[in-house]
Amino acid sequence: MRPRELFVALLAIVGLARRRRRRRERPARVVPPGAPSPRAELAVLALLLVAALCGAGFVVAYFVHPNTQVLGAALAGALAAIGAALVVTAQHLVVTEEVEEDYPTPNPEEQEAVAQIVAESGSRLTRKRLLGAAAGLAGGALGAALIAPAVSFGPLFDSSSMYATPWRRGRRLVDVDGNPLRAEAIDFASFYTAFPEGADRESIAAAVVVVRLPPATLRLPPGREGWAPQGILAYSKICTHAGCAIALYRTPKFAPTQPGPALVCPCHYSTFDPARGAAVEFGPAGRPLPQLPLTIDAAGELRAAGNFSGPVGPAWPGVRSHPAS
Amino acid sequence: MRSDPLRDPVRFVDERTGAAPFLRKALRYAFPDHWSFLLGEVALYAFVVLVATGIYLTFFFEPSTGQIVYHGPYAPLRGVQMSEAYRSVLDLSTTVKSGLLIRQTHHWAADVFVAAIVIHLLRIFFTGAFRKPRELTYVIGVTLLFTALLEGYLGYSIVDDLLSGMGLAIGNGVALSAPVVGGALGRLLWDGPFPGGPAFEPRMFIAHVLLLPVLLATLIGAHLTLVAARHHTQFRRDARTTERRVVGIPSFPGQAPRSLGLLALVAALLFALGGLVQINPIWLWGPFEPWLGTNGAQPDWYLGWLIGALRLMPGFDVTIGSYTLIPNPFWGGVLFPTVVLVVLLAFPWIERRRSGDRATHNLLDRPRDAPGRTAFGLALLSWVVLIFFAGSADRMTVFFGWNYVTQIWVYRVLVWVVPVVVFFGARRVCRDLRDAERIERVAEATARAPEPGPGGA
Repeated sequence: MRPRELFVALLAIVGLARRRRRRRERPARVVPPGAPSPRAELAVLALLLVAALCGAGFVVAYFVHPNTQVLGAALAGALAAIGAALVVTAQHLVVTEEVEEDYPTPNPEEQEAVAQIVAESGSRLTRKRLLGAAAGLAGGALGAALIAPAVSFGPLFDSSSMYATPWRRGRRLVDVDGNPLRAEAIDFASFYTAFPEGADRESIAAAVVVVRLPPATLRLPPGREGWAPQGILAYSKICTHAGCAIALYRTPKFAPTQPGPALVCPCHYSTFDPARGAAVEFGPAGRPLPQLPLTIDAAGELRAAGNFSGPVGPAWPGVRSHPAS
Repeated sequence: MRSDPLRDPVRFVDERTGAAPFLRKALRYAFPDHWSFLLGEVALYAFVVLVATGIYLTFFFEPSTGQIVYHGPYAPLRGVQMSEAYRSVLDLSTTVKSGLLIRQTHHWAADVFVAAIVIHLLRIFFTGAFRKPRELTYVIGVTLLFTALLEGYLGYSIVDDLLSGMGLAIGNGVALSAPVVGGALGRLLWDGPFPGGPAFEPRMFIAHVLLLPVLLATLIGAHLTLVAARHHTQFRRDARTTERRVVGIPSFPGQAPRSLGLLALVAALLFALGGLVQINPIWLWGPFEPWLGTNGAQPDWYLGWLIGALRLMPGFDVTIGSYTLIPNPFWGGVLFPTVVLVVLLAFPWIERRRSGDRATHNLLDRPRDAPGRTAFGLALLSWVVLIFFAGSADRMTVFFGWNYVTQIWVYRVLVWVVPVVVFFGARRVCRDLRDAERIERVAEATARAPEPGPGGA
């Protein structure tokens, strides 16, 4: 080969190589390189296989033996394995580099421009306050019109439904199965739930608790003479604090017999003394439980002798504590 | 031109949306690294699980208080009259394959969601992350917490089991207690006097599955948008972390697998709880009737502070003659949470007024760096936590035989004494820690400084 030909051939090779190199050239890396970690890859692989197994296990369990514990464990296992695989990936398989950024700063010029645009746009208006007041009026009226249909949500102005009770003079007291309550069946040291015969029990004014105390221990408020024949008392079962059912009866069965019998609400432990017209003995209730006057008919069954001594259930602003109607 | 599986889709997106500059910035967004910065993410991922499991539940739930008699496979309740809502959840829990798993996971996720928000809030509060320029992010976050409380309350209320009915009775009592408007408010919300008209159950349902979730998602979106717009706060670590520059792991590839891993682990925890740890076994409570109650009823943990407040109040209604002005539940059920909410919402501005500090803060305080804030925060926290524990006094009576009435009187005193003690104690400790550091720094500087020679340096 002659020197000139050799020179040309060399040039061609170098040029080709350079072109090839240029084609391979990439922009500088953004994400810094890191060393491979075959062990971490193996761990991720194993974790993903565990996840696949657990996932498949869930499907199998779902069709074969859909036990809540097995299903929960399988799903949790799959998710935990995937979570662990991602954590291993984050720690060992991608670079944990640190980047720096400037915190954003305010833009005073733009702020000024915004304010200027708004201010200048209104400069043609001469009666701004009057127009503003009119717009406020229109907006307020429209708002009222849009809110008004919400009144249909419930009996907004009619509070009579909250005073209503199904009790009437002469109405029999029945137990949860509809059997009349007999006076002789009312024991000391126990309490009974009773309803007005034939009435809707969903009303909070329906249920009463019935207890029996020695007549000599009663200290009922004046005007309630004869409301508790043979020491049998009936009070509304709905707590006057927040409306839960009075589901507890504290009654000492042996000495010490103090503190005495009490009706207790299990929600906030309002404690009422049945011997004193269910006056509040402890706890947050602000009113006594309304008392239902009782009478015993010729058949020995309990009947209402009137209506409650006051409105039933939790209070609301303006509630009158006069006898229910 | 050869096709490129990475560059082609990126080009496609950028040519049609111009999103490449934004995507580039988003991928390199710096996340300062600290374990406590993950608390908000835990809440976010619990919300993701809540939405996913909740959607599943809506396909089985019947929001109706129409009465039926149960004839299903659960023997103890056969022949019992109950609402269709309760029956549908009973069926979901007993006959629907994986139904109980999803329901219990949903319930656990709600408890974890609120817990994560509360702990996240504590982190934000005690490090001063709520300061300018992040007051709005903070206000949205506090609003999120209270929205989540209401959402959780409605969630366990729509089931119409005995416990949820007792909770609703209390909710009704609290609504009725609102001054002036209480009675009207209660009748309006409940469609009549308690237990409410037939419209009430569907109303709760639509609020629980649509209105409040959309509100929560919107608030979360706004919260995260604002976080990204002002960037994360950071602790001062070295010379590079300053008020002007944030140092952190880029969202891709560094943060993405960490965050997704956390999502998977949170979901794993919730499904493990949902599968293995029983929660709210409604078949044991039975259906609700207004005349039924059960002893030792406890709500979900995040309502414990309200139960405590209701129980601690001495028994009085504010009355004029025979007219009630303010019924008792108002104090614990309305005023107490409102005070906590307002104090939390207003705190960035309260602190600003007291300290006169109007500067932008991207660096976090350690609790000791702001003794006044830390002391106030701990005092407020001790107040709420004590009231929370007062709500469990009946459990203490059951477990340890402690007298209930005595406990309540002790709490009635403690809730006013302890916060004051905590305030002054915490402030003292913070100041001492801070001063001790200052002395150490001075001592170090003196030790390092060269002795001035006779002829100068």
